[in-house]
Amino acid sequence: MIQADLNVILPEIFLSLFAMLALLVGVYGGKDRLSVPLIFATAGIFVILAFMVSGSSNGTQIAFKSMFVNDGFARFSKVLILIAAAVVLIISPDYLRSCKLLNFEYPILIALSVVGMMVMVSSGDLMSLYMGLELQSLSLYVVASMRRDSLKSTEAGLKYFVLGALSSGLLLYGASLCYGYAGTTNFEGIIAAVGDDNTDVGLLIGLVLILSGLAFKVSAVPFHMWTPDVYEGAPTPVTAFFATAPKVAAMALFARVMHDAFGGIVGDWQQIITLISLLSMYLGAIAAIGQNNIKRLMAYSSIAHMGYALMGLASGTAVGVGAMLTYMAIYVTMNIGTFAFILTMEREGQPVTDIASLSMLSRAEPAKALAMLVLLFSLAGIPPSLGFFAKWGVWNAAINADLIWLVVASALASAIGAYYYLRIVYLMYFGQEPQEALDQCRAPILSSVMGLSAMIMVVGVVSLFGIEGAAKEAANTLVR
Amino acid sequence: MDTLLLSFVTFAPAIAASILLVVARGEDAAADLVAKRFALAATSFTFLVSLFILAQFDASKTGFQMVEEADWIMGLKYKMGVDGISILLVMLTTFMMPLVIAASWGVKTRVREYMIAFLFLETLMLGVFMALDLVLFYFFFEAGLIPMFLIIGIWGGAKRIYASFKFFLYTFLGSVLMLVAMVAMFAQAGTTDIPSLMIHQFAFETFSILGIQIVGGMQTLLFLAFFASFAVKMPMWPVHTWLPDAHVQAPTAGSVVLAAILLKMGGYGFLRFSLPMFPVGSEVMTEFVFWLSAIAIVYTSLVALVQDDMKKLIAYSSVAHMGYVTIGIFAVNQQGVDGAIFQMLSHGFISGALFLCVGVVYDRMHTREIVAYGGLVNNMPAYALIFMLFTMANVGLPGTSGFIGEFLTLVGIFQVNTWVAMVATSGVILSAAYALWLYRRVVMGDLIKESLRAMTDLTRQEKMIFAPLIIMTILLGVYPALVLDLTGPSVAALVENFHAVTAEAGLSNKIVASQ
Repeated sequence: MIQADLNVILPEIFLSLFAMLALLVGVYGGKDRLSVPLIFATAGIFVILAFMVSGSSNGTQIAFKSMFVNDGFARFSKVLILIAAAVVLIISPDYLRSCKLLNFEYPILIALSVVGMMVMVSSGDLMSLYMGLELQSLSLYVVASMRRDSLKSTEAGLKYFVLGALSSGLLLYGASLCYGYAGTTNFEGIIAAVGDDNTDVGLLIGLVLILSGLAFKVSAVPFHMWTPDVYEGAPTPVTAFFATAPKVAAMALFARVMHDAFGGIVGDWQQIITLISLLSMYLGAIAAIGQNNIKRLMAYSSIAHMGYALMGLASGTAVGVGAMLTYMAIYVTMNIGTFAFILTMEREGQPVTDIASLSMLSRAEPAKALAMLVLLFSLAGIPPSLGFFAKWGVWNAAINADLIWLVVASALASAIGAYYYLRIVYLMYFGQEPQEALDQCRAPILSSVMGLSAMIMVVGVVSLFGIEGAAKEAANTLVR
Repeated sequence: MDTLLLSFVTFAPAIAASILLVVARGEDAAADLVAKRFALAATSFTFLVSLFILAQFDASKTGFQMVEEADWIMGLKYKMGVDGISILLVMLTTFMMPLVIAASWGVKTRVREYMIAFLFLETLMLGVFMALDLVLFYFFFEAGLIPMFLIIGIWGGAKRIYASFKFFLYTFLGSVLMLVAMVAMFAQAGTTDIPSLMIHQFAFETFSILGIQIVGGMQTLLFLAFFASFAVKMPMWPVHTWLPDAHVQAPTAGSVVLAAILLKMGGYGFLRFSLPMFPVGSEVMTEFVFWLSAIAIVYTSLVALVQDDMKKLIAYSSVAHMGYVTIGIFAVNQQGVDGAIFQMLSHGFISGALFLCVGVVYDRMHTREIVAYGGLVNNMPAYALIFMLFTMANVGLPGTSGFIGEFLTLVGIFQVNTWVAMVATSGVILSAAYALWLYRRVVMGDLIKESLRAMTDLTRQEKMIFAPLIIMTILLGVYPALVLDLTGPSVAALVENFHAVTAEAGLSNKIVASQ
C-alpha cells in the first residue's frame, strides 16, 4: 500500500531529495562558487522530471487516501511548471552575477517551491493543499528578499510575507469552516457534502474564504496589491519566476479546488470568479498605463492576464478549464520571453527598468526589438500572434457559458490594455533619440530564449505543438 | 480545382518579406536599392500570379471558387476562396502594391524595414479579402493594424505618434467588438465557416434588454458589433476622425494603401458579413446607415472645403466618397451594390492617384499647405494634366470611373429612399466645389512664388507610376462592364437572398405598422 503510494509521488520525492542533497553540497562544499553549476543542475533535473511526469502512466492515480491525486490535469500543470521554472533558472545567472547575488540557495529555494507547486496541483485534500501552498510560499518569500542590501527587495519580501501570511490565514480559516461543516478535509467528502441543493451557509463562507486565499496567490483584484511592489523590488530573475510557474500552480489549484471540492455548486463560485476576473482585467489594463517601470508594468499586465485566464475558469465547464490551461501555457511562454528581454536591459553593467531607456532600440538592436515587438503584440492579444488565440479560447468558453457581458467587458479592457504595450513599441521604433544607449546584449542564452519565445508566438499560430489537445484532455479529467 | 493558388498569392509577399528580414544586411545605399528592387519584384510577381486567379475565375457562378480548406489550431479551419465580390478587391490590392512600392523609391530611412512592413501588409490585406472563415478573417483584419501602425509611426510626419496611436486604438476598439460578435456567432451556429454562416439564420425575434426593445433581436446586436468595426474602418461619420490624422501623417505610400485598399475592408465587410448573415438586423438599421452616410457626404464635403492641407482635403473627400459606398450597399438592389463595389474600386485608383499627386509636390517642396503652391501649370504641364484628370475623376465626371460608381449608387438609393438620395446627390456638387477649388489654387494661375520656380515636371518614373492608374480610371469609365460582369451574378444572388429572408421575416411591415 505504502509502496504504491510512494510510487505515485516519486517525482516529488526525487526533487525534494535533490534539494536537500544540494543543500548539503552547498553548505559543506564550495558555497557560492557552486551556484552556477547548481542552477544548471536544477534546471536539468526539472527538465528530466518534466519528461518523467509527462511520460508516466495515463489515467488517474490516487495516493495517501486521496490526499494526493495524480491525474492528467495535474500532469499537464506539472510539466508546465517544471519547464517554466527550468527556463527561468537558465536565464538567471547573468543577472545574478552582475548584481553579486549568486547565492547557492537560489536554485535550492526554487526547487523547494517547485515541490510545493507540484503538491498544490495534485492535492486532493485541504491539508495537502495547504502544505503545498506554504512550502511554495515560504520559499518564494525568501527569494523575493534575496537582495538583502536593497531596501526595495527587502520591502518586497516583507510585504509579500505579511500579505501572504494574511491570505494563508484566510484560506486556513476557510478550510477549517469547510472541515467543520463537511466533516472532512477531503475533496471527495466535501463535494459529497455540498452536492445537494441546501448547502450549509458555513460551507459557503468557507468557500469564499478559500477563494480569497487563492485569489491572492494568482494576484487577482482585489488581492493584487502586493504584485507591483514585489515585482519591482525582487531581483528580475525572481520576478520572472513569480510571473510564471507560481501563477500556473495557483491557477491550476484554483481550478482543482473549485471543480473537485465545490463542483456541485458551480453557480455559487462562478459569480465571485466572474467579478474578480472582470476587476482584474480592468485594473490591470488601466493601472499599467501610468507605469514607467517595466517590471511594474509587467505586474499589472500579469494581473490583467490572470483576469482573462479566470474567465475560462468562470465559465465552469471543461472547455473553460481547457481554455484556461492553454491560456496559461501561452502566457508563461510569452512572459518568459519578455522577462528575458528585461534581463538584457542594462546600462554600463547595471540593470535598468525604466521604459524610456528603450528609446529607439530598434536602431541599436533590430533583432531584439523585433522579438520584443512580437511578444508585446502577443501580450496585447493581437493577431497574428498566439496571444490572440489564447483570448479566443477563453472567450469561446465564456460565451458558451452565457457570460456574454463578461466577454464584451473584457474585449473593451483588452482595447484599453493595448495602449501600454503599444507605448513600448512606440518607444522602441519611433521614440526620441536616447540620451544614453543601453548596453549591447551579449548574453547568448537570454537572446536565444527571447528569440525562441517570440518564434513560438508566431509559429504557434500554424501549430500549437499538441498543447491544446493535452489541455483539453487534462481539463476532461478534472471536470466530470 | 485543388490548387493552392490563393494561398500562394496571399503568402508570397510575406515570404518575400521574411527573406528580406533574414537575408538582407547593411544600411548603405546599395543595400537599400536591393531592398527596393526586391520588394518591387515581389509585388509585381504577386500581381502577375494573381492574374491567374482572374483567368480561372468563372464569372457566371455565384458561389465561392478556388476554395482551399485545411485544419487549423484550436479546432478552427483555414479556408480561402473568392467570389464576385472579393475577386476585384484582391486584384485591386495586387495591382496597387507594385505602384505603392515604386512610389516609395524616394524613402531614405530604414528602407529595408519599410519594404518588409509593406510586404507583410500586402499579405494581410489579401488575406482579409480571401478568408472564408470568421477567425481567419479577423486574424488578417486585425494583424493589418501592426504594419500600418509602424508605417505611420516610423516614416510619418511631425505628429506621427498621435496619429499612429489614434489609428491603432480606434480601429482596435471597433474590431474587438466584432470579435465578441464572432465568438457569439460561433456559439450559436457552431461553425466559423463563412459560407455556412451565410445560410445560417440567426435569431431575429424582438427582445428587450434593460427595458429597451431590440427589434431584430440577436441579429441587430450582431449587426451593431460588426458595424462598430466596419464603420470605423470605412470610415463613416462620426467615427472618421482618425482618418484625416492618419492620412496626413502617413508617408505618401502609406496614404495610398490606406485610401486605396484598407478603407475598402469596411465596405467589403458589410457585403460579406452584415448583409448576408444578418439581413434582418441590416434591414432594421438601414435607415440609420443611410442618414449617417448622407450626413457624411455633405458634412465631410463641407469640411473638405475649408482645409488648408492638401492631404487632409483628400482624406475628407475619401470619407465623403465612402458615404456613397455605404449608401449603395444598404440600398440592397442590383444597381446600388454593383455601384458600391464599383465605387470602391474606382476610389481605390482615384484617391490613390490623388495622394500620389500630393506626394509628387511634397517630395519637391516638403510642404502640403495649399497656400504654398499656385501656378504649377507653368512649369509642370504633365503634372497639371494628370492632376486634372484625377480631380475630374474624383468629382465624378462622365468618362471616368468615378462617375459610374456615384451614378449607380445614386440610382440604387433613389429607388429606396428619395430623401437620402437628394441629400447625397448634393454631395456631387460639393465635391466639384472643393476639388476644383483645390486644383485652381494649386495648379492654375500665375507662378508668383519664387520657391516654386525650381520645381521640375514629373520624372519618367513618376509618369510610369501614374500610367496604369490613368488607364484603369478611363477604361472603367468608358467600359464599366469589365467590373459589372464579374460582380453581377454574385451581387444578384446576395440581393435576392437578402430580400427573400427579410420578406419572410416580415419585419419591414412590422416596423411600418408600429410607427
